[in-house]
Amino acid sequence: MKPRINRASADIGGTFTDIVIEIDGIRASTKVLTTHQAPERAVIEGVFGLLQKQRLGLADIDIFLHGTTLATNAIIERRGARTALITTRGFRDTIEIGSESRHDQYDIFIKKPQPLVGRGLRYTVAERVAADGSTLLALDENEVEALAEKLEQAQVESIAVSLINAYANSSHEQRVREILSARLPRTYFSLSSETCPEIREYERTSTTVANAYIRPIMAGYLGRLKSELSEKGMKAPILLMTSGGGLTTVEQAADYPIRLVESGPAGGAILAAKIAQECALDKIISFDMGGTTAKICLIDHGEPLKSRSFEVDRTERFLKGSGLPVRIPVIEMVEIGAGGGSIAQVDSLGRLTVGPESASSEPGPACYGLGGRHATVTDGDFVLGRIDTRKFADGRMTLRRDLAEKALATHVGGALSLGPVEAAAAVTAIVEENMSNASRVHAAEHGKDLRQRAMVAFGGAAPMHAAQLARKLSLVSVVIPKGAGVGSAIGFLEAPMAYEVVRSRHSRLDAVNDVAITELLASMQLEAKAVVFPAARGLPIDMRVSAFLRYVGQGHELEVGIPVVSNGRIDARELKDAFDQRYSEVFGRFLPNHEIEVLTWAVTASATQPVPVADLAPIGTRESVSPSGTTNFTDMDGMTADAPIYERTELAPGVLLTGPLVVTERETNTVVPTGFTVECNSFGHLVLTNLAAQAALSA
Amino acid sequence: MTRLEKQMTAKSEAQAIGEIEFQIMWNRLIAVVEEQAQALRRTAFSPIVRESGDLSAGYFHPDGRMIAQAVTGTPGHVNTMAASVLHFLRIYPAHSMHDGDVYITNDPWMGTGHLHDFVAVTPAFYQGQLVGLFASTCHFMDVGGIGFGPDGRDVFEEGFYVPPLPLITSGEIDKTLITLARSNSRYPAEFEGDLMSLVACNQIGVNRLSDMLDEFALRDLNPLCDQIVIRSRAAALKAISTLPQGVAEAEMVVDGYDRPVTLKATARIDSDHISVDFTGTSGLSARGINVPLSYAQAYSTYAIACALFPDVPNNSGSLSVVTVTAPEDTIVNAPRPAPVSSRHVIGQMLPDVVYGCLAHLVPERVLAEGASALWNLILEDAHDACLTQGIAGTRRFSALSVQTGGTGARSRLDGLSATAFPSGVSGVPIEILETLTPLVFWRKELRPGSGGAGEYRGGLGQSIEIGHREGHPFYIYAALDRIQNPARGRFGGENGGPGKVALKSGGILKGKGKQLVPAGDRLVVETPGGGGYGPSAKRDAESLAADRQNGITEQMRKP
Repeated sequence: MKPRINRASADIGGTFTDIVIEIDGIRASTKVLTTHQAPERAVIEGVFGLLQKQRLGLADIDIFLHGTTLATNAIIERRGARTALITTRGFRDTIEIGSESRHDQYDIFIKKPQPLVGRGLRYTVAERVAADGSTLLALDENEVEALAEKLEQAQVESIAVSLINAYANSSHEQRVREILSARLPRTYFSLSSETCPEIREYERTSTTVANAYIRPIMAGYLGRLKSELSEKGMKAPILLMTSGGGLTTVEQAADYPIRLVESGPAGGAILAAKIAQECALDKIISFDMGGTTAKICLIDHGEPLKSRSFEVDRTERFLKGSGLPVRIPVIEMVEIGAGGGSIAQVDSLGRLTVGPESASSEPGPACYGLGGRHATVTDGDFVLGRIDTRKFADGRMTLRRDLAEKALATHVGGALSLGPVEAAAAVTAIVEENMSNASRVHAAEHGKDLRQRAMVAFGGAAPMHAAQLARKLSLVSVVIPKGAGVGSAIGFLEAPMAYEVVRSRHSRLDAVNDVAITELLASMQLEAKAVVFPAARGLPIDMRVSAFLRYVGQGHELEVGIPVVSNGRIDARELKDAFDQRYSEVFGRFLPNHEIEVLTWAVTASATQPVPVADLAPIGTRESVSPSGTTNFTDMDGMTADAPIYERTELAPGVLLTGPLVVTERETNTVVPTGFTVECNSFGHLVLTNLAAQAALSA
Repeated sequence: MTRLEKQMTAKSEAQAIGEIEFQIMWNRLIAVVEEQAQALRRTAFSPIVRESGDLSAGYFHPDGRMIAQAVTGTPGHVNTMAASVLHFLRIYPAHSMHDGDVYITNDPWMGTGHLHDFVAVTPAFYQGQLVGLFASTCHFMDVGGIGFGPDGRDVFEEGFYVPPLPLITSGEIDKTLITLARSNSRYPAEFEGDLMSLVACNQIGVNRLSDMLDEFALRDLNPLCDQIVIRSRAAALKAISTLPQGVAEAEMVVDGYDRPVTLKATARIDSDHISVDFTGTSGLSARGINVPLSYAQAYSTYAIACALFPDVPNNSGSLSVVTVTAPEDTIVNAPRPAPVSSRHVIGQMLPDVVYGCLAHLVPERVLAEGASALWNLILEDAHDACLTQGIAGTRRFSALSVQTGGTGARSRLDGLSATAFPSGVSGVPIEILETLTPLVFWRKELRPGSGGAGEYRGGLGQSIEIGHREGHPFYIYAALDRIQNPARGRFGGENGGPGKVALKSGGILKGKGKQLVPAGDRLVVETPGGGGYGPSAKRDAESLAADRQNGITEQMRKP
């Protein structure tokens, strides 16, 4: 038997840094405060602390896995490097002109997202490449030379180069870098043809600029982390979680930090996928609810849906279109402003709205007693008896019911003539309906059906709302995984070592058999393999090739997987059939007499690690279990009565409990209302069953 | 269903719906129409639909009241669709509709104001009962005729006309209609594809509505619809009741097709009603910039909603507090068979006139004048000119490139540069256009100096330069305004920069009509800037410094 690989993972969030280590297949975890000035400190201290408890050191770690919101936060807080943009003459303002639309049609006072590079630092050079990659106007190299001085005077730390149609021919961008880097050796360069070689100038430029903007910070941080860990004796490679759910090397991450923006939520989705595989659930909906947002993701056959676009830093109320677009491989999820800290209020129409504004951790929900005045979802949960107050924040914080009720009365109850409990029920009902609507629209956008899916719920707030959401979506089962509170860091451990390469090449489907595409795919496979190989440590590497197709004349593509053939050639007929079938799935029927075109090719290399065999599961062993307390619990019918509280650590596989009840653990509480049962499965996950949906299914 | 929900439901069917239940169902209905719109955008062929979002989708009560609509970029569609559904119901009464029917039209007077938009209506049946209608609209690439430009002398020249007709009857497609449609378009595959997209998106609405009725154990949405309409009306009334009452007039002159057009409005705010009347506005235009009344009403009402009750959802209830009238045979109430193809170039100016009135009554709620009408560049191959000039093998193409100018400054913010208002569509990426056509964009950037100065500065227009890859001639179908009459500032704010259409070689082109960009030449366009708000002396130092640093107030340089 091969020796097990010892692993550590760290997820740096805005407030906490979550650390998980896995030694001989046994996991331990901790949460430490994020050290914003030098984030590596919290990581190293956290890992060190956990290892010390086992009398081990950094040298005993074989792989270090890492994800972080640092990249996202640097953009949101506008703390990135002094960045310049070089673009084609005539296109200085592409990143400011954007989509030319308004993200809210009725609000005449909207503000558009501010580009990361102001007009004063946007430079243009004479050159032009055509849509087919041919050169219409040669690059004026003297002009580029002359730019060097300006850039130096402007004390630019990072430069984005994004020329029109560079996705089809990168030679001018490369030449710009060659010329300038000779003169500006300490400056970072990000080329659009490398960062995001895809059609659509605004999105490509926006992505490249965002990459350039965070690159010095991320490269600096990752460099320090790597050198400090190795100084302290770690020999293991560090792999970074990408927003696409794969892993990448420190070097790649330092070059393309934009690929890390949603790495935390991606870790959560990976965890959910792993749970699905473990529990043999073919199709699930993953539900991750934290303090500010809820993330919903659909996972079929153990694999999350992927997408290639995302918006970072939505300026106003999470509205679509109010953020900066980035085109990178991401795990497709819908993120809405619905978390524990989401604020409830009644608008001029007498409508109760919840979120997306959040009370976050400071001042936090009213019941924290830290000065928060707004009524939040957590206040609602608390008043409804969903939270075991004895355990909250390890008993370090006493929740104030009076403050929660007062906030609910002031901001909700008064305007709607509701008592505190009714107001609390209304707040949670609205937030749950918002999440179920988001889930439905998200599913529909992808041609997926929610029914027959199981839900996997994690994150601090999700287990309190999961049952109600399941009821709304008519789902039978809800799984609350072990370690739900540090879900993303656990997810990093489960991620396949994967790397995706994407290239735009526009052609009719009947023309794809040509040599150029074959060569392209071969080079993409080499590139992807090169990244994965060092991290795979001898594991076999799988290649997946897909194409993004549409009917000629349409503007939106569907991804279709392609079986890899040994000679690398593509069978256009097979691809057509696969596309027609996929199109029917999504839109009801396909169009038999329309030509098909391909826009983009994607290659993913991945090495999947063997599933760790066993965890030190904190599973109880007793056949029957007694509650550790009671809570004044308001059930779904609005009736309030005492309900038992059980300790999660005491639930043994085989014990079946019937709601209403609450299961409590350190980071969260699982609400099991009337009409639901809960049991602990052999992996230590809680499984809730929605009896009404189950009965309907078997009827 | 919980006991509580069942009780609420039972009660709702008897009388009123429980508060929370009501809000949840309303949200659900909005989710249903959003999904309908999403399906249309993803399946559409016309680039302006798929890239720019020139579409709309909504749910209507069987009696024709508009209840819920997707948030899309087209107030002109949304509010005209409300009128379209009533026309369909008049011609095909609800009791005559069957499950599986789909009705269509592109009648400018019953639809959205020109032949290029088709409206499709699909009745939704649940357990054999008609429970609503789903309607959708989108812009089609080509409907034959003289193309998408303002040169038509009547609507017959403007293209293929389909009166309200069943496209599908009880699931059976009318093949004759499809054949006729295909035969009358220069792009038949796209034409048929877009018709099928409308059908598919309405069907998605019907299916989701049925799921919703299942889930809430309802037989119909009558109580919900009543509540939505009653409450929205009440909310709009409440918003109006806080406004100063009074009557105000405004007048604005725009370029027109061959002579200036005066747009004149009188707005009246009463305690429970707002009315706008366009008496005094110029008569019909000889060419296709005339506006059917429903389109004029749509944009005027939209302007009022944005300024006075932006938070109230748009439906029959909120629309009922506004009346918009215009004498017949004015340019904003053009009867059939007036040519109307480019009706947007006048219709999208109407919010500026409405705000001119409101500026006297609620000055902090209005914008200064902006570029307002979209600066769509409709560009086509010049096949005939190439034949005449002996240029062989020119590629056929038809591109609708949405372009925008600057919006007017706001009472507390600068105007938005290169942004559509009152339309809300997006631009088409030039890299996409260059894959679809032999055109090359040599410039598309902000136009310094074009935003009207003021305490709050108007948004900037753009400078755009377009050539043909092979140097072949090509056509522009211009329907562009604010060349002679720039956007005016308000309350001491200065005017925005005027627009310009020209040739690189130096010749000036007209703002309206089909014109040739000769072989080897390039089209040079400057879109108008928005007007300023308040005197520029009051602009704060920080904003002035930022403007200077960003080089956006400097004078126009030679390109």
